[in-house]
Amino acid sequence: MYSRVLLIGGITVNKVKKMLYSQKVAPYVFVVPFVLSLIIFWAYPLVSGIVMSTQDVSFGSRTFVGAQQYSKLLSDPFFKTAVFNSIEYMLLTLLLLIPIPLLLAVLMESRLTKAKGFWKVIMYMPALTSVVISGLLFRLMFSEGDNGQMNVILHWLGQPSFAWLKTKFTGWCALLLLCMWRWTGVNMLYFVAGLKSIDNSVYESAEIDGANGIKKFWYITLPLIKPTTVYVITISVFAGLSMFLESFMLWNGNSSPKNIGLTIVGYLYKRGIEKNDMGYACAVGVVLMVIALIINFIQLFATGTLSFKKKED
Amino acid sequence: MAKNTDAPKSLASARKVPTILATGVFVIICGLIAFPLVAGLIGSFRPGSEIVSQGLSIDLSKPLILDNYRALFAKFFPAGMDDASIVGSNNYFMWYKNSLVLTITTVVLTLLVCYFVAYGLTMYKFKLQGFLFFMVIATMSVPFEILMLPLYQEVTTLGLINTNAGVFLPGLCAASTIFFFRQYMMSLPKELLDAARVDGCTEYGIAVKIMMPVTKPAFASMAILCAMGSWNNMLWPMMVFRDTSKFTLQIGLNTLLTPYGNNYALLISGSMFGIIPILIVYLIFNQYLVDGMTSGAVKG
Repeated sequence: MYSRVLLIGGITVNKVKKMLYSQKVAPYVFVVPFVLSLIIFWAYPLVSGIVMSTQDVSFGSRTFVGAQQYSKLLSDPFFKTAVFNSIEYMLLTLLLLIPIPLLLAVLMESRLTKAKGFWKVIMYMPALTSVVISGLLFRLMFSEGDNGQMNVILHWLGQPSFAWLKTKFTGWCALLLLCMWRWTGVNMLYFVAGLKSIDNSVYESAEIDGANGIKKFWYITLPLIKPTTVYVITISVFAGLSMFLESFMLWNGNSSPKNIGLTIVGYLYKRGIEKNDMGYACAVGVVLMVIALIINFIQLFATGTLSFKKKED
Repeated sequence: MAKNTDAPKSLASARKVPTILATGVFVIICGLIAFPLVAGLIGSFRPGSEIVSQGLSIDLSKPLILDNYRALFAKFFPAGMDDASIVGSNNYFMWYKNSLVLTITTVVLTLLVCYFVAYGLTMYKFKLQGFLFFMVIATMSVPFEILMLPLYQEVTTLGLINTNAGVFLPGLCAASTIFFFRQYMMSLPKELLDAARVDGCTEYGIAVKIMMPVTKPAFASMAILCAMGSWNNMLWPMMVFRDTSKFTLQIGLNTLLTPYGNNYALLISGSMFGIIPILIVYLIFNQYLVDGMTSGAVKG
C-alpha cells in the first residue's frame, strides 16, 4: 500500500515516512512478519491440507474424489494400528510423565533434599540429546545381541538373550523408558517452577491448623499447581499423539516388526513421503487434527480450565 | 512438606533419616538417567561394528580403544588412515558445519523477528491486537506434524527445497517464542517508552535502543531453547534437505545408521561428539534455560 503511494510522487515520501513513524501505524509494522508467516506458513498449509485430503494427488495432477480417502482410511488396518498405537502411547506417557515428575518435584523442593542444583542439571541432560542419539543409545541397549545391556542383565539372572524390540510388550517398554528418560527431568522442572510460585505463607497457615504432609499436598499443592499441571498435560497430549521419531529411531526406520511402532505421524510420513500419496496422507493428517482437538476439549472440560482465557491475563 | 512435627531441638536429628532417603531417591534416579550416556561414552571407545551388532552395555572388562575417534578426526590427522575413513570424517565435519550455520542463522533471525512481533503485540493498543494474540495461541495448538506435508509441497513450489531458508522460514515466527517475549515485556514499565518519546526517539528507535537492552535475559533464555531445538531438529530438515552435502548432523548420523551407512565407528564417536556443543551451552546458561522453558507453565 505504502509503496504504491511512494511511486506516485516524491512529495508524498515525507508524509509516508511520518505516517510509518507514527504511534498508530508502528504496531502494524511490527506485526507484519507474524501476519505474513501466519498466512503463508500456517493458514495456507492448513487449508491446503484439508483440500488435498479430498483429492487424489499424483505427480502434479489433482482430481477431486470427495470423501473417498476417508472411507479408504476407515477400512485400512494399518491406519487402525497407527491410531491405536498413538493413543495408547499418549495415555501411557500421561500416566508415567505427570504423577512421577510431580512427586519428584515436591521431593526436590522439600527441605529434605540436598544438592538440589546438581540433581536438576543431571535430570535435564537427556533432553539435550537429539532423538537420533537417544534412540541409538536405547536401541543398542535393548539390542538382541549378547552385549546389549538388557541381555547382560538377563545373563546375570541365568537367562538366554532375548530380542527385546521384536515383541510388542518389551519393545514398548524400551519406547516408554526412552520417553521417560528424556522427559521426566523436563516435566519435573515445570512442576518445580509451579511449586516455587506458591506462596509459602499458605503452607505456614496450614501447619498452624495442623495439616500434615499428605493433607498439605492434597489440599494446597495440587489445587494451586493446577495451571502448571494443565500446561504439562496439554504439551504431553500433543507430544504423545504426534510421536514418530522415537519409534523411527528405535526400530531403525518406519517399518517395525508387526507394526508395533507404527504411529499416526509415522503412517502419514510413510504414505506422503515414502509412497508419495499426498491425498491419502493429508486425510491421515486431518484425522490426527480432529483427534487432537477432541482430546484437548475433553481435557479443558475435565480440568475446568479454558487455557485461552488463562493465557491472556 | 517436611515432617517437622517434632520439637525444635530434635529437629535436626529427626530429619536426618528422611534427608538421606530423599537425597537417596535422587542419587538413584540420576544414576539411572546418567546410565545410557555413560554407556554411550564407554561404547564410543569400543569397536563400532561390534557395538552395533552386539549391543551396548557398561562393561569395563575389555580395553578401551581410540579407533572410533581416530576415524572421526581422520580429516585432521590423515596419517595412516584409509580413504573411506577420511571421506567419512570429511562428511561428518561438513554436517557439523551445516548444523552450526543453520542453528546460528535460525537463532538470530527467529529471536529478532519474534522480539519485534512481541513488541508490537505488547507495547501498543491497536485494533487487531486481540485477534492476533489469539492467533499466536491458536498456532501453538496445532501440532507441526499436521501441517508438515502441505508445507513440504509449498516449500517445494517456492523453490526452497534443499536450502537453509526452507528449513527455518516456516518456523521463524515461533509462537512460543513470541509468547515468552510478551510475558517478559508485560512485566516492564511502559513509562520507559513515553520518556523516550519525549526525548524524541522514534517508535523503532525505542524498540531497538531502549527495550532491547532491557529484554536481554529473555533473549538469553530463548536463544538457548531455540539453539537446542534447531541443533536437534530432525524431521523437517530431513524432508527439506536432499543432498548429502546439505545434511545437518542429525540427518547425517541417521544415514550412518542405515545398512548403506556401514561406518559404525563414525556413528558411535560422532554421536557422542555431537552432544558437546549443546552440552557446553547448557552447562554455561542452564539457569536462563530453565527460566525460559518454565515461563509458560507458571504464568500460562
